[in-house]
Amino acid sequence: MLSKSSSWLRAAVQLKAVGFLRTAVRSESTAVLEIKNPYKLHKLEADIPTKFELTKDEAIHYYQQMKTIRTMETASGNLYKEKAVRGFCHLYSGQEACCVGLNAALRSTDAIITAYRAHGWTYIRGVPIAGVLGELTGRKTGCAQGKGGSMHMYGPNFYGGNGIVGAQVPLGAGVALAMKYQDTDNLCVALYGDGAANQGQVFESFNLAALWHLPVIFVCENNGFGMGTSVDRASASTEYYTRGDYIPGIWVDGMDILAVKEAALWATNYVRTGKGPLVMECATYRYHGHSMSDPGTSYRTREQIQEVRLKRDPITGFKDRITGCGLLTAEEIKAIDDKIKKEVDEAVVHAKTDPEPSPEDLYTHVYSQVPPGFQIRGCDPYTYYNTK
Amino acid sequence: MDEELERDERVFLLGEEVAQYDGAYKVSRGLWKKYGDKRIIDTPIAEMGFAGIAVGSAMAGLRPICEFMTFNFSMQAIDQIINSAAKTSYMSAGLQSVPIVFRGPNGHATGVAAQHSQCFAAWYGHCPGLKVLSPWSAEDAKGLLKAAIRDDNPVVFLENELLYGVAFEVSEEAQSKDFVVPIGKAKVERQGTLITLVSHSRYVGHCLDAAAVLAEEGIECEVINLRSIRPLDMETIESSVAKTNHLVTVEGGWPQFGVGAEICARIMEGPALNYLDAPVIRVTGVDIPMPYAKILEEHSVPQIRDIITAVRKALNI
Repeated sequence: MLSKSSSWLRAAVQLKAVGFLRTAVRSESTAVLEIKNPYKLHKLEADIPTKFELTKDEAIHYYQQMKTIRTMETASGNLYKEKAVRGFCHLYSGQEACCVGLNAALRSTDAIITAYRAHGWTYIRGVPIAGVLGELTGRKTGCAQGKGGSMHMYGPNFYGGNGIVGAQVPLGAGVALAMKYQDTDNLCVALYGDGAANQGQVFESFNLAALWHLPVIFVCENNGFGMGTSVDRASASTEYYTRGDYIPGIWVDGMDILAVKEAALWATNYVRTGKGPLVMECATYRYHGHSMSDPGTSYRTREQIQEVRLKRDPITGFKDRITGCGLLTAEEIKAIDDKIKKEVDEAVVHAKTDPEPSPEDLYTHVYSQVPPGFQIRGCDPYTYYNTK
Repeated sequence: MDEELERDERVFLLGEEVAQYDGAYKVSRGLWKKYGDKRIIDTPIAEMGFAGIAVGSAMAGLRPICEFMTFNFSMQAIDQIINSAAKTSYMSAGLQSVPIVFRGPNGHATGVAAQHSQCFAAWYGHCPGLKVLSPWSAEDAKGLLKAAIRDDNPVVFLENELLYGVAFEVSEEAQSKDFVVPIGKAKVERQGTLITLVSHSRYVGHCLDAAAVLAEEGIECEVINLRSIRPLDMETIESSVAKTNHLVTVEGGWPQFGVGAEICARIMEGPALNYLDAPVIRVTGVDIPMPYAKILEEHSVPQIRDIITAVRKALNI
């Protein structure tokens, strides 16, 4: 059923607009919602839907996923401040709509690969919260048994979690090559940030993917900053969705989960039919600094961060829309929030108390299928470990 | 490669000029005609990109052979080899394996000067998570390459351009389609009693030539062909030294932090130290970037006479 929308609601909206554009009709447990900001296209004729029907179940599902990631990342940050997590810890808070929206458009047999801001992606691909937090705190029950840490988490059809900026992009194209080689119509989503977008290997991947028609979607999560360097100070062109040049591109508001999902769905259909790769740019924002050692305020102001929290937060934005159109009530939302908090709190307990790896674990997994009796040298010539 | 391509559909070859050109050094001659575009893939000049793609495809279930036209160009892609391939099994606690072979000519050729002549055995041999192989004979090349392709780990396979044109006798056994040489095991190419010579790749031949000359004086050298740089077969070397009491290592690469340096250190740490009658002597490439002029180039790598000199020094004769 079409909505009764007035034209003023449909007025073109700038990126920093305050209001929510929506037309909604309650029909049983569905609602029709419209995206907030129009897509931008590069060398592409595309009729990407701007409104769609959302079911109550979907609303719950997406809200829950985003809220879980936000809560999990807050817990990660706290664990880091308590020194239970060491080294690097790059939080995803603020970018939730990107991973939830993109993943919603994918099959479980599609693949995802991303860089180091990976906790949200690890969760969305099926690794339990305790697996993520336990890996951060270096427990044996972590998803990589404590061997990988924050930047090296893997899951089903999820190739990490990669520490070297940009290296994941050719890897993603390679996963796509394998999918095409094996005659499936699966695809790979290879994510990178606005900082990584200037890496040479990204352009090498663009060329190879376009040349060989690889089923890969290159997604730039543009959160405005590569560490402390704003996009204007790093890139001669900040239109990241156009930088694939001969590869068509789509720009989408990465704070609007429904826009991300619709654009991603359109993109997957394009790529699955053998037309070659696409570039997608999700304009998003991260609340925390680059990592836990960065307060995030030396290169931007607290006011700027607060403004995004108030006006463009992906979770509150979505929550307001689904409650506003009557799909969910405030009580139902609270119930979901409480459940998530409980789950995350339990996972935190595990992350703090589960057993750590044992000294023998130092020597395992260096190779796949180690020959029995294989020796690995320890710190001195008297310490050789024989793997079993 | 032909046999392994036939045996397992997941195996494929990519690299510059490997398909329609039949390989820059003709190593892949005939393969593209036989297997086509899907399995023999010409790449643009983008080492980092195509090595990364190869690694990604290995993570997703294929068994790529990634050719570098020479290993000098692998430096463009070395991050993908080490950080994306070698370390992944460990970082993922065994969840993610990377069955890939990186192969191509290593070390010096003739007249190609400094940027095209480096030996990477020590660099790659340094890294846990990799297997590093360095064949000398045709039997080595065939058996080790097949083993490498069948191995579920990232393997760096260091060939040698000058050896491509050298003919070797090959046994019946080695002609079989399933002839595989174990990774991590050195081969004693020549039995001897007075001194052990250890080498890899081209210099195994030099050692055998030196041994032939010395044999005329009654000095019988045992010559060991390492075959594997990582894992390094110290057991074979130690058993030999226990017998001969003298050791000389020979390599084309630079001396500092090289293969010979590692062997010396491990000899010292192990049981063979007690059997040595003289310090180990390393014969290596000269510690300079490779020069161009023929006379300079010849002097910048071990000659047979250098090996003979080292043997005499070790034996004090």
